[in-house]
Formats: sequence, C-alpha cells, structure tokens
Amino acid sequence: MDVIVCVKQIPDPETPAAAFKVDETAMQVLPAQGISPVISPFDAQAVEAALRIKDASGDGTVNIISLGPDSARDAIKHSLAMGADEGYHLKDDAFGGGDAWTTALALSKAIQHLGVPDVLIFGRQAADWDQGTVGSIVAELLDLPSATVLRAVELNGDSITVSRVVADGFENIDLPTPCVLTISNEFGDPRYPQLRQIMQAARKQVTELTAADLGLDASEVGAAGSRVQMHALFQPTSDVEVEIIEGDTPEEKAAGLVNALREAKIL
Amino acid sequence: MASILVFGETDDAGLTAPTLELLGAASRLSADLGGGVALALLGSGLTDAAGAAGPVGADIVYSADSDSLAAYQTDSYLPVAQRIVQQDSPSVVLMSQSSMGRDLAPRLATRLGSAAIMDSLGLEVDGDRVKATRSCYGGNARQVVTVQTDPQVITVRPKSQDPLEADDSRSAEVVTVDVAEPTLRARTTGKEQAESEGIRLEDAEIVVSGGRGLGGPEAFADLERLAGVLTAAVGSSRAACDLGWYPPSQQVGLTGTVVSPTLYVAIAISGASQHMAGCGGSKNIVAINKDPDAPIFSFSRFGIVDDYKKVLPALEAAFTAALD
Repeated sequence: MDVIVCVKQIPDPETPAAAFKVDETAMQVLPAQGISPVISPFDAQAVEAALRIKDASGDGTVNIISLGPDSARDAIKHSLAMGADEGYHLKDDAFGGGDAWTTALALSKAIQHLGVPDVLIFGRQAADWDQGTVGSIVAELLDLPSATVLRAVELNGDSITVSRVVADGFENIDLPTPCVLTISNEFGDPRYPQLRQIMQAARKQVTELTAADLGLDASEVGAAGSRVQMHALFQPTSDVEVEIIEGDTPEEKAAGLVNALREAKIL
Repeated sequence: MASILVFGETDDAGLTAPTLELLGAASRLSADLGGGVALALLGSGLTDAAGAAGPVGADIVYSADSDSLAAYQTDSYLPVAQRIVQQDSPSVVLMSQSSMGRDLAPRLATRLGSAAIMDSLGLEVDGDRVKATRSCYGGNARQVVTVQTDPQVITVRPKSQDPLEADDSRSAEVVTVDVAEPTLRARTTGKEQAESEGIRLEDAEIVVSGGRGLGGPEAFADLERLAGVLTAAVGSSRAACDLGWYPPSQQVGLTGTVVSPTLYVAIAISGASQHMAGCGGSKNIVAINKDPDAPIFSFSRFGIVDDYKKVLPALEAAFTAALD
C-alpha cells in the first residue's frame, strides 16, 4: 500500500495561554519566546496511521507533503524520522497568505504530480486555524471517497475499514482504495522518533516543488487565489471575576461553595 | 429565491436543537440580506419535522425523504445536497458544526466552486457577505472571515445562536426532492452507540467534568456520584479521554461536545483553551483545582483551591444536604 500524508508545521498548541500573543494589525500570531513550532499533533497521528498501514500491507511507501515556508521542512523531517520514506516541500512565495482552498489545490496538484496513492491521510484539522477542511477539499478535487475524524484505521484486504467518531458513538465505514482519511486525537499517541532516526532523517533529501512545478499560476494560489478573506484576528477576553471560596477545611470550603451557589440563585 | 439555505438535522424528537438555532440565525441574517429562509432536510420519515419548520423560521422546506438517507453518509448526501443548493441558489448555506456539517460542508462548498468557513460563533451581515467570527488556535484567538465566492458556506457552533420563539401562525411550503439511488463508495457498515446512561451532555443543566489532574480513571466514579446528587451529566477533558480514562463521547472541548449548562463544575481541569472552547458558553463555571494559577480560575465565577480528593467527599455531602 502506498500512502501519502499531508502535514503542517504550526506554533506549539500547548503554548500556555499567557505566552500566546497576536499582532492584530498584521493579523498574525507572534512566535512565543522559547517555544519551538511543532508538527500539528493530528498530523503526527496521521503519519502514525500511514506507517501502520504500510506495515500491515508488508510493502509500499509512506511519502510526506507539506506546504509552507522554510519551517515546513521540520514537519517533513519529523515525519521522516518517524519512518516515512520521502518528503516533498511545496515552497513558493506565491503560496503565502493562502487559505484552505489554495492549500488543498496545491496539495492535490502535488499528489497528482507524484501519482495518486492507495491512501491519502490528513490530520482532522491543523491545530492553528482549526478549520478541518483541507482533507475533504482534496478528496473532492481528486474525486475520491473520504472518511473524516477517525479514531481507528485498518487494512482489510484491498479495502480500508475505519472507525469514525460521531456525536453519539462510532461508525464503522469500509472504503475502497484510493481514498482520503482524516485522523482524530482518539487515534492514540504517534511513535516518537529516536535519536538515530532523527540523524538518518536529517540526511534525507527533501524535494522542493514550486507553483510552476505543479502547473499552477501565481494568481491561482496564496492570497491571490484565496476564497476566504480574513478581516480581523484578536485574542478573546474573559470578563469574569473569580470568587475563591476560602475555608480552613475541605468541609468549610464545600459548605461555602454551596452557600455561594444558593445566594447567586444558581442552585 | 431564498437568501439563506439551512441544512437541518433531525432525531427521534424532530428538528434538532442546533437546527432551530440555525433557523434563528438565518432569520436574523435574512432581515439584513433580503430574501427568505429555506430549510433542507435529508433523511427518512421527515413529514413531521418538515411540517414543524414553518413556526420556527423556515419559509420553504426541501424534503429529501428516502430510506437511503436514513443516516448521514458522504456519498449519499453530497449529490442530494448539491441538487438542493442548485435548485434554491441561495447566497448563504448554513450547517451545524456537527458530525454531518464537519464532513459535508467542505466537500459541498468545493463541489459548488466555493469555500466553507467552519465552526462560527458569531454571524453578521456586511453588504452581501456574512462576516463570521470563529475560534482558532485552539480557542486562543478569534478571527473574522468572509467567503468571497458564492454560495457562502458556513458551519455554526451549536449553542452559539438563539432559536426563534415558535410562531404557530407561520407555515412553510414543503417541496419534495427526488432522491436517486446513491452510488456508495465509502459504505457505513455499522454503528457502535456510546453508552448513554444518564443525561445527555449537551442537554444537561449541570455538567460535572474531570481532567488530567484527577490522576486516573477511578476518580470518574466519584464524579458520577456527585453528578447523581446534582442530576448532572459527566464530562471529561480531552487529555483524560485520550488517556483512556473516560469515553470520547463525553469529551467537552474543541474536538468534542460543546456544552452551555447553567452550571459547569470543572474538577482538576487546568482550563486549556481547547477545553474552554467547549464549555466557555456555560452560564456559571465553578473550578476545583489545587493550582491557584490554573487558567480555569480566570473563566470561573467561583473557585476552590484545594486537592479535589479532599474536597469531593465534602462537596457530595454538602450538596446532598442542600438538595435534600
């Protein structure tokens, strides 16, 4: 089974809220001091799913594509260190300021350029913009069946059996290949690269592809090709003032809370 | 021509609460955009739900009623949804940020030559565009965005919009949509229902939630006992679900369920932004955490700084006495 995984490098989503800052004028998130960007956690789980499919099938490749600035290379290198075979970096100033549509368009061209694999895997959403649409857009552009927000993926002969997380439980879905899957956090922890694998991955070539390499005009991608326009980016504020219930014993605190809830007519 | 087309959802009780909220939002937006509000229903046995849509905000209902649409599947819903949009030619398409909306909205938007904005919290008309305010960066930031192409496909977070007061003098025209036998590529073969003992998380007036700070799965039994006293539902942070301490169906947060109860009791939950994205709409939050600097306190009305293991038995006794 040949698998392609699309990944993204993002500001660490575990960044403490206090260290998270936005430049409202530039509509950009400012890099947090001393906190390195990471591969989007759902994407690392997508790589894990791909590696398990490859292992279960006994042959094939897991290749990685990432669109982004220089830092995208780190998400590719992380995936290679996890055990992926080859990395492709869609890198072009023309891609800058793009949206989910232009990203998916470039990814779909890259996938066609490399050859549509048996399975295409994405994280359920990039943990920066939290849209969760790129996988589905690529599926639509390539006219492939898709299943999203998955907690389990299994190779079942020539087809793929997945478990989809829905509001009131899980759905089992069978998909033919080629197909598109998006992986959710319920999938479980991805493997963590060992030092030796990181060293090996560092030596691997990452192929860079430009818009022109993919047959795309600069007007079709990045800010020029975007269908969604951003008008503002800001940090929400909380106007709640907390009242800490004091007491010498847990019993006093508990009684104090019950009283406070009663006085506020919440109970 | 309707200006706004809502893709609704139904359950055993008829139109779901998020569908009523979408119709409320659509009615308010259409007052500024002009045109009316249409509701598209895909499912089976829709007669009652379609008939109930007029009083809650729909001017016209497109009913695609077929056994093949009984449960959501990408391949069966997508072509029917596409046909309804093409028939109605709305300028805005609204869906809930539900299991269906998450999956259907981006594919449908792409098929229609447009784009989708996901998980909006606030909607406002600006000229012929709908400006959507949405959460991003795991709840740490908000962005205001518009879809520049047509139709503008937007999914809306449950509980972020108010439904209309039902007006029984209103009624909607029901248009039957023909449904062709679908060509399924991805095929749903079965469903595992989450154990739904007790109160549904999204319906509960009180939610008692536990996080990673509980230290292990056993503590959820204590939370369930407290929930029993309070007639509350039990929720969990993503961290606790990912550790396998509690079922994913009970996860409150950005990637789980959105709740907005009267009272949300957060026990040993730090208050990560992605968790607050799921409970920030609660009318009152009470936090119990031994770390006085935990972010959860900055969202809470009342707080107890202490080890939950000491507080929980005392709290159960105090609530039991108070509610007796």
